[in-house]
Amino acid sequence: MKNKWIWIVFVLLFILHQDVWYWDDRTLIFGFLPIGLGYHALFSLAAALLWAAAVKWAWPSDIEAWADEADETQASEGGSA
Amino acid sequence: MIPMIVVGIYLALLVGLGIVCSRFFRGTSADFFVASRSIGPFVLLMSVFGTTMTAFALVGSTGKAFGYGIGTYGLMASWSGLIHSAVFFLVGIKLWAIGKRHGYMTQCAFFRDRFESDKLGYVMFPILVALVVPYLLIGIMGAGTVVAGVTGPKGPNPGAFPELFASTNGAVPPWLTGLVISSVVLIYVFMSGVRGAAWANTFQTLVFMATGIIAFILISDALGGMNAASQAVADNAPEHLAREGKIGRLHFFSYLFIPLSVGMFPHLFQNWLTARSAKTFRATVILHPVCIMIVWVPCVLIGIWAAGMGIDSPPNAVLGKMVGVLLKNPWLTGLLTAGILAAIMSSLDSQFMCVGTMFTKDIVVHATGEDRYTDSQKLWIGRAFVIAIVAITYVISLFADGKGIFPLAVWCFSGFGALFPIVFAAVYWKRTTKAGVYASLLVTTGVWAYFFAQSGFGGEHLLFTELFSENVGAKHPTEGIMPVAVMFAACLVTLVAVSLATKAPGSDTIDKFFPKKND
Repeated sequence: MKNKWIWIVFVLLFILHQDVWYWDDRTLIFGFLPIGLGYHALFSLAAALLWAAAVKWAWPSDIEAWADEADETQASEGGSA
Repeated sequence: MIPMIVVGIYLALLVGLGIVCSRFFRGTSADFFVASRSIGPFVLLMSVFGTTMTAFALVGSTGKAFGYGIGTYGLMASWSGLIHSAVFFLVGIKLWAIGKRHGYMTQCAFFRDRFESDKLGYVMFPILVALVVPYLLIGIMGAGTVVAGVTGPKGPNPGAFPELFASTNGAVPPWLTGLVISSVVLIYVFMSGVRGAAWANTFQTLVFMATGIIAFILISDALGGMNAASQAVADNAPEHLAREGKIGRLHFFSYLFIPLSVGMFPHLFQNWLTARSAKTFRATVILHPVCIMIVWVPCVLIGIWAAGMGIDSPPNAVLGKMVGVLLKNPWLTGLLTAGILAAIMSSLDSQFMCVGTMFTKDIVVHATGEDRYTDSQKLWIGRAFVIAIVAITYVISLFADGKGIFPLAVWCFSGFGALFPIVFAAVYWKRTTKAGVYASLLVTTGVWAYFFAQSGFGGEHLLFTELFSENVGAKHPTEGIMPVAVMFAACLVTLVAVSLATKAPGSDTIDKFFPKKND
């Protein structure tokens, strides 16, 4: 697996999802956004950044070449079904 | 009356789109079922996102937030942003590559070959279809409740059609909406196959995202602005602004297994196979969490604002009521209703397509041979099966009144999510065996059916509440573990244990499905 740090960040985000520190916090940020909701909206953006990094630095480029190789045993649509 | 005219125009536009798409139809089953693997990045992003955002995302999330507050977002949306993209990245791209290399069109065909079992498809097909039915059901129910909410009585005044629909006090009855929506989707899917579904998905996803933002702005304006709307929640229903007392920590955490369902959705498998290349996935992997956020944050806010207003409504009808009651311009109300229906239909089309494809390819063609029927006959066989499944689902929807869309969807996703170890093992664990897959399928299905029955066939259900919850015996205990966690564990343990105890797959199979290091 390429670039293990991507998966370390993934695990970190996995842990940060459980934001016990905002569990009973009813603060409204910007006057309208509950802080627990704002945190998880930011979490979604952080997830998008993580996947952008994964696409840039951990993209499985070999898989596309493998997919395009002519397959002599299973050329027809539908597999062996 | 005017909102329904707008909705009617929108539905006519969709049928028109189906006619346009049909001009590009190449007349082959490969084109009908996987669009000749020609779909580009933007259409893939929109069709995958549109497919995963259902009545559940709009109607269900608003209703759930109305009852459970802001924790609804963390339960589903932020977990999904992280986990859906992980599944697209780790599993989707591999399945696309295998599908392209060996010409697969359905999950069952892939699993049959990967696990060296001709009969596996016959076991898997009914399980997958049975799990898709609740998914179809929430779409049909969601459309019905939204239109009923929009056209229903406003205070002392009767609804939009008091003479036509006296029994519902003027609201368009859900049975009629379900019938119309199902028919429109069937028409445009039948005209142009998966390409039509993908294009319609793209169009409808753009429509529902745009109208969703407009609805959010207009509803907040009608409530005196976002600050005033949220302040009303702080004054009247402050518990909705946090999770304490609404959603327990284990409950919240164990939702993580639900988004794994995207790895086993048969309609997403088919969506992935339409991709032109592996690079086509990039936009989907990156932007999917952002698209989820754009849709879910406004829905959750509308749900808690409804709680702050103290409206009297069943959860499924909250969004329809907020649009119908707060917006005074009937043209806008019609446009926003069309947007909500767009979200619902953009999932139904992919599900209809995949059910038809699986039946044609995995059952009929597999049993009778590739040459028994012509391409045209195969298309009609698939269409006939789709109509039968939609008819069954429609009849069930007539008797499912009172079932919550959110919990019903969670049961559907739980089934698919619990089966995720099978698809993950298929592409990452060479040692997985046929016996392991059969055993895990049967065990998981049994455990799912047991918990589903315990929940009252589609209700909210948590396990081990007596150990963790402080309000045991309440209608909705806040703490416990989602049944999907136990189902997932049952699937995983059975798969690993039985696979290790049985004969490993042959080297031909391994060579076929796993690239060699120098490939």
